[in-house]
Amino acid sequence: MGYTEDELAKDLESQEYKFGFTSDFKADRAPDGINEDIIRFISAKKEEPEWLLEKRLQAYKAWMQMKEPEWAHVHYEKPSFQDICYYAAPEQTKKYESWDDVDPEMKETMSKLGISMEEQKKLTGTAVDFVMDSVSVATSFKKKLNELGIIFCSFSEAVQEYPELVKKHMGTVVPHQDNFYAALNSAVFTDGSFCYIPEGVTCPMELSTYFRINESGTGQFERTLVVAEKGAYVSYLEGCTAPMRDENQLHAAVVELVAKEDAEIKYSTVQNWYPGDKDGKGGVFNFVTKRGLCEKNAKISWTQVETGSAVTWKYPSCILKGDNSTGEFYSVAVTNNYQQADTGTKMVHLGKNTKSTIISKGISAGQSENSYRGLVQIHPKAENARNFSQCDSLLMTDRSGAHTFPYIECKNNSAKIEHEATTSKIGEDQIFYCKQRGIDEEKAIGLIVNGYCKEVLNKLPMEFAVEAQKLLEISLENSVG
Amino acid sequence: MEVAAENKVLSFVNGWERPTEENAVRKEALQALNAMEFPTTRVEDWKYTRVGKITKRSFKQLNTTIDTSPYIIEDLDAHQLVFVNGYYREDLSAIKKDDALTIQPVDRVDDAYYGQLVEDIDENVFSLMNKAYSNGGVYLHVAKQMKVEHPIHMIHVLTGDEVVANPRHFIRVEQGGKAEVVTTFQSEKAEESFSNVVMEGHVEANAHLRIHKVQTEAKNCFHIANELFVQDEGSQFLINTITTGSRLTRNGLNVIVEGENCHTEMNGAYLGTDRQHLDNHTLIDQLYSNCTSSETYKGVMDDKSVGVFNGKVIVRQDSQNIEAYQSNGNILLSKEATVNSKPELEIYADDVRCSHGSTTGQLDEEALFYLRTRGISEKNAKNLLVAAFIGDVLEKIDIEPLRKSVDQHFLEEFGWEF
Amino acid sequence: MLTIKNLHASVEEGAEILKGLNMEVNAGEVHAIMGPNGAGKSTLAAVLAGKEGYDITQGEVSFDGKDLLELETEDRAKEGMFLAFQYPVEIPGVSNINFLKTALNEIREYRGEEALNAKDFMARVRKSSEIVNLDPKLASRSVNAGFSGGEKKRNEIFQMAMLEPKLSILDETDSGLDIDALKVVSDGVNKLRSKDNAVIIITHYQRLLDYITPDYVHVLADGKIVKTGPKELALELEEKGYDWLNEEKETV
Repeated sequence: MGYTEDELAKDLESQEYKFGFTSDFKADRAPDGINEDIIRFISAKKEEPEWLLEKRLQAYKAWMQMKEPEWAHVHYEKPSFQDICYYAAPEQTKKYESWDDVDPEMKETMSKLGISMEEQKKLTGTAVDFVMDSVSVATSFKKKLNELGIIFCSFSEAVQEYPELVKKHMGTVVPHQDNFYAALNSAVFTDGSFCYIPEGVTCPMELSTYFRINESGTGQFERTLVVAEKGAYVSYLEGCTAPMRDENQLHAAVVELVAKEDAEIKYSTVQNWYPGDKDGKGGVFNFVTKRGLCEKNAKISWTQVETGSAVTWKYPSCILKGDNSTGEFYSVAVTNNYQQADTGTKMVHLGKNTKSTIISKGISAGQSENSYRGLVQIHPKAENARNFSQCDSLLMTDRSGAHTFPYIECKNNSAKIEHEATTSKIGEDQIFYCKQRGIDEEKAIGLIVNGYCKEVLNKLPMEFAVEAQKLLEISLENSVG
Repeated sequence: MEVAAENKVLSFVNGWERPTEENAVRKEALQALNAMEFPTTRVEDWKYTRVGKITKRSFKQLNTTIDTSPYIIEDLDAHQLVFVNGYYREDLSAIKKDDALTIQPVDRVDDAYYGQLVEDIDENVFSLMNKAYSNGGVYLHVAKQMKVEHPIHMIHVLTGDEVVANPRHFIRVEQGGKAEVVTTFQSEKAEESFSNVVMEGHVEANAHLRIHKVQTEAKNCFHIANELFVQDEGSQFLINTITTGSRLTRNGLNVIVEGENCHTEMNGAYLGTDRQHLDNHTLIDQLYSNCTSSETYKGVMDDKSVGVFNGKVIVRQDSQNIEAYQSNGNILLSKEATVNSKPELEIYADDVRCSHGSTTGQLDEEALFYLRTRGISEKNAKNLLVAAFIGDVLEKIDIEPLRKSVDQHFLEEFGWEF
Repeated sequence: MLTIKNLHASVEEGAEILKGLNMEVNAGEVHAIMGPNGAGKSTLAAVLAGKEGYDITQGEVSFDGKDLLELETEDRAKEGMFLAFQYPVEIPGVSNINFLKTALNEIREYRGEEALNAKDFMARVRKSSEIVNLDPKLASRSVNAGFSGGEKKRNEIFQMAMLEPKLSILDETDSGLDIDALKVVSDGVNKLRSKDNAVIIITHYQRLLDYITPDYVHVLADGKIVKTGPKELALELEEKGYDWLNEEKETV
């Protein structure tokens, strides 16, 4: 009678990756492997200035000296860095003036992803910078943003058009020697997004980029830089889906946020890369370095919904350097089958009266491993710092793992730090209650899980929240039958 | 020997004497020591504690005698076992007659039994050092279905300059047996000496063991304890750890729960002043279903002291219906005090109710203000609030004479009244 | 509508709680089941709703001609069975509205009806919340989360109004209610009564029956219906307690 855990486990296994498909573009590929020549090749391909090539080479040298990190709760076959192709561009690289010019196949791809450009343009006023593999191929709403002095373009374009801005800020938050994968990214990044909000400007629309890994065996190394000048505001959305692949794909992005005095940046991510199949074969390795720097009175808010990737390793962090600055981290991480996620945040309190909030919801199903790892660090000069953390884990099966590893380091006695964590099983009485009202098990779980994650989902912009909810359901519901 | 010169661990123990009588535990420990290094802060378990303050010095063994009277707890009416610099001094001890309790040298623990019990347990360099070089320590055996009537008071006194004490104890409570142990660690005219303690035990089916550890050694001494307890089905184990002593203290406490329906409780209070570094590192490993555990540690750090709490709860696969509660609270009394707190949950079963909480802050300003408006001086108001803060841990000490002696210590040391 | 024949149920791997229970409920009727604590009243409600943790060892239950025991919990609900819980569960983060919309549309889909549009749905929410004087604001809050005891019970009746069940089982709905709340809840139930639906009231006390008049009163003791009578039986029970039943049994 009723729905047993075994059945649930089985259903979860049989749910296949919905967005698995490959679109058929010819690519301009670099030979596999990494060395100085490849880096020069990438830099030349992108017609970069000398200083950037220098930065890349510096990063490469640093990377060569570094050891790939070992993590206690993440197990995977390490990628072979000489078998990766570090540059691939779609053949047709011309930029589109209007949406009508866009290749129908690309539109098709996007609609499969569940992103209707037309709809988004009409209904939400969202400008979308669409990265197909490594080269940005579609940009819209540029004109309107231009009028306000907002720059929103691909990273390569920014290097060409606004070299001074890029040079000034790139690497200031995540230095090239920061960690193994950040160093690799700094050496071989191909493209990404650049966003600049001038002083006092509130960006009137959500800026959004959909990344997508497309070329077989292509590691993707995006670079994102968001700069909000004094008093500026921007909400930035990043969404990710990748096509189904057998071999593991490495993804090592670097995201840097700079929030100057009184500025605010909201950075929202929905990550839905290919998680591998139900036996744990394939899937994306997602080793991302995301960090933001807050000057005086600034605020950075990270919101993430992580349902994809075979292995996720990311800790979107805030350096609260300025007095009265605020950092927030809201996260939902769902793992299923053999997925592994080790995610959390670092809140580094340097300035006076700095505040941080951490809300993390982990959901483990199948044989997956889901860890929250977070650091709250109060430095000696951070008078009156405040932190509140709430980390909850929900277990769906008896073969999955849910772990909580908070690090709390306090060197100032005026600080107030509160951390709470709970781990429990999904409520059987809640499922029964829903079922008694005629809601089937699968929907009941969807409802309960969405309710459980509400605090985080509420932080997402409306149109993203709907997608995120759908993703949670896809990740946890079986396709009936 | 050249090898010894290169190996820091071996040169650290250079000159220490080992008992002439060899046994498996000693031999294996000595061998394992060859391959060991001192941990650095890059080792996750030692992330917040540098042992350089200890390992850069050299310590010598010293078998001597003391007057035990200052260390006897008034009205405790206990079996008194005295250890001076880690050497068991039967001549100073006072043991009551009790059929439930047998006291022997720790070497009498059966090698095969012991080997099986601690199989797969990770040793660290300090526990190995202790096991290889321990010159004294006792094997307390509590007979089946019997209760040891009086508390067993293990009095440890560290005395002399740059002395190392390596006491090693083993407590076995057989099926259904019951015992309550008080361990005190104090020092007398000790300068820069080092207590390196190993305390292990086996709480067999349906047995009860309660331990109260109070460590108040001098603040220029060092204290590292490695404690390991294995619990069988239906057993209950409680340990309270009160730490105010030593320049550097590391209490490594591991409880392995190897049976169903067990209850484990660990509580701790650590109170640091000056430049003290007090580290409590705990693990509860739940391997079976239907168990509960509760853990409360509270720290009060003053001056330039550093408090560390690292508590881990592991619930292994198929260990269902586990309730584990863990909480760590810290109060920083001074601007330069530091707290590092790392409560961890590692859960591999789904039918669990586990939670942890950690708070760090200063005394509640409003409460302080309120007390002062009632005419209480700031100093006294603070003392009152601190006492209230750690009071719920001290309440776990249910032996009245011991509690009184702890209260007395706090009053003398900090001016706190409970 | 509901026929229970010789129902035996026990807690999984445990004691038998229902020991041969018989009962017949027809459309338009209100049945009260009373009995001392531990008689099996709440077990009966749980077994009828299909809660896990009980073994049905003997007997049969048919609901509108279907074998109820073969149906999943949610299908029982879709067939028109509603259980007002003694302890309604809190579901944080899930709004009442979203919850009911999902439930109602599942039930309508099962019946082959179209999903209600937002306007009609909201109209129904308003109408239903009026029946139990439920603050419409509560409808947008999370299911039962932070509700007072009385609000939870009213919320159950509100849901009953929304879902229009054929058979409603009110499990100790009166417990924890003050007299005003009791009146509101009873009024609600009375408004929802019709010739096509039926209600089973499970209660320990008679006071709810002052407001909802039953057609039959059953006494459940030791897992069986030991006595059935008209509404006056409830008053008799209130007066004499349950012990006289045992005496009566003994004299028989």
